Amino acid sequence: MDQGLKELGDHIVQQTAGAVTVCHVRLGELMLECSSDKLLALLVFLRDDPKCLFKQLIDICGVDWPERAKRFDVVYNLLSLVNNQRIRIKVATDESTPVPSAAPVFNAASWFERETYDLYGVWFSDHPDLRRILTDYGFEGHPLRKDFPLTGFVELRWDDVQKRVVYEPVKLAQEFRRFDFLSPWEGARQALPGDEKAQEKTGAN
Amino acid sequence: MSDVEIKTLTMNFGPQHPAAHGVLRLVVEMDGEIVERCDPHIGLLHRGTEKLIEYKSYLQAVPYFDRLDYVSPMCQEHAYALAVEKLLGITVPERGQYIRVLFAEITRILNHLLNVTTFAMDTGALTPPLWGFEQRELLMEYYEQVSGSRMHAAYFRPGGVHQDLPDGMLDSMDGWIKQFRPVLKDIEDLLNDNRIFRQRTVDIGVVSREQALDWAFSGPLIRASGIPWDLRKSQPYDVYDRMDFDIPVGKTGDCFARYLVRVEEMYQSVRIMEQCIEALRKVGGPVRVDDRKISPPRRGEMKDSMEALIHHFKLYTEGYKVPAGETYTAVEAPKGEFGVYLVSDGTNKPYRCKIRAPGFPHLQALEMMTKGHQLADMSANIGSLDIVFGEIDR
Repeated sequence: MDQGLKELGDHIVQQTAGAVTVCHVRLGELMLECSSDKLLALLVFLRDDPKCLFKQLIDICGVDWPERAKRFDVVYNLLSLVNNQRIRIKVATDESTPVPSAAPVFNAASWFERETYDLYGVWFSDHPDLRRILTDYGFEGHPLRKDFPLTGFVELRWDDVQKRVVYEPVKLAQEFRRFDFLSPWEGARQALPGDEKAQEKTGAN
Repeated sequence: MSDVEIKTLTMNFGPQHPAAHGVLRLVVEMDGEIVERCDPHIGLLHRGTEKLIEYKSYLQAVPYFDRLDYVSPMCQEHAYALAVEKLLGITVPERGQYIRVLFAEITRILNHLLNVTTFAMDTGALTPPLWGFEQRELLMEYYEQVSGSRMHAAYFRPGGVHQDLPDGMLDSMDGWIKQFRPVLKDIEDLLNDNRIFRQRTVDIGVVSREQALDWAFSGPLIRASGIPWDLRKSQPYDVYDRMDFDIPVGKTGDCFARYLVRVEEMYQSVRIMEQCIEALRKVGGPVRVDDRKISPPRRGEMKDSMEALIHHFKLYTEGYKVPAGETYTAVEAPKGEFGVYLVSDGTNKPYRCKIRAPGFPHLQALEMMTKGHQLADMSANIGSLDIVFGEIDR
């Protein structure tokens, strides 16, 4: 299984002449990284090449890595029914650089891209209809970004006097509690007083 | 000859409409009775599931999956559990796998019963839902017996299932299967040769093979268009590779073919259930992994083991850490391919959990299917797409 995927990955890297920058197989899944200007050519190749035939665009989604300069990954999942294989393509971008829309290659891309735009604020160039899709009419911000708070900024309620729904800033009776689970079970990094022997032991290893 | 003035009518459909199967708002442009354009406005049930999951431990994320497609909860837990297991690198014990497949098929019947019968209701027949819902109620009792909940079960957990089946359940299921086949036959008798039902569904919303691929169709919809594709066969998970069942394939790709595929799938699901029941009578052993760093100890164990108490406390507060990595894992949910794209950064919470719901691309194709049809055919199309807004809006 992994061997077959590796061969397929090598085939794609060779045939697309530099479009693919990274190609690896992990957990039995083939993953490619690609620059955004060569994305469309790569998708067309994957769809039409007789060894690939990834005819179905299963999913497009975003992932946010705020510490990176190009903070967003746009992830494309493709499926080949003929070869019974899946492939994943990643394209990195930031808030202002658009990614070419895959809608001309796959009709299914349109809504997935709208969703990615809505939730992450990733722009797609030449998209036929890039509107918000999941969030409320008139929503501001992109909720799945890591710097967007879980509670959001506005809440709404029915106002009995005005006889309509009103939007107000979020008021929390108690602050949102987020516990840090990372520290205690990893063991203390610094040497505890009187524990120099353990330090020596790890040093010897 | 005088100029004819063409005036399209823009009509708003929903968000609350019995034929919309939830909170779907459609803005429809019509020329007389013919639909020219239809723009679905979704997101009215958006609850930010993916965002919430990023703030929960891996175990706490399970119940959110019940609330996506609330007519087929366990299949979605299945996808999530498989994704986490893949990242953790663990294998579920055999008995656990059989129980999962058994309940995944019960879920499929639950879902198809709801869809087939309410689809009939959309096209004017009221009796099928009355008969079908009785069977759904019986199946949901099995849900309740294993998990304590009729719908939102949270029964499939990463590492297996929460607990073993209660005594006598397999015999009771045998009895249920015996009475279910004739009931399903009765529902078929009501609809298959029904003149009204046929007139409303045959040659309505035809989707060709190419269109089905291009619009990312999956599940019964892609099979109704003539492509024999089922993840249970082609990319089997758990013990599906040991099951003997057939994949029904439609010929015409219209609403009627989608109905027929779903009905036949129910018969096949019953077959799989029978094989699972047979196997579960023989296969014993644990129903979830015996790793105390992943699956919590039994209540009884905690009464006299300090170690077990600590594990229990740690697992239900901090949870377990999942090695860094990413996976896209999909299952054949009743509505189609339900996938979870899970990114872990090595902490106890998912870094990103994208939920790929089958209904999302299916609803996207509604405009393609409905263009040129009459308004009444649109509700037949929506019914045959089998959409549920919990999963589309997330």
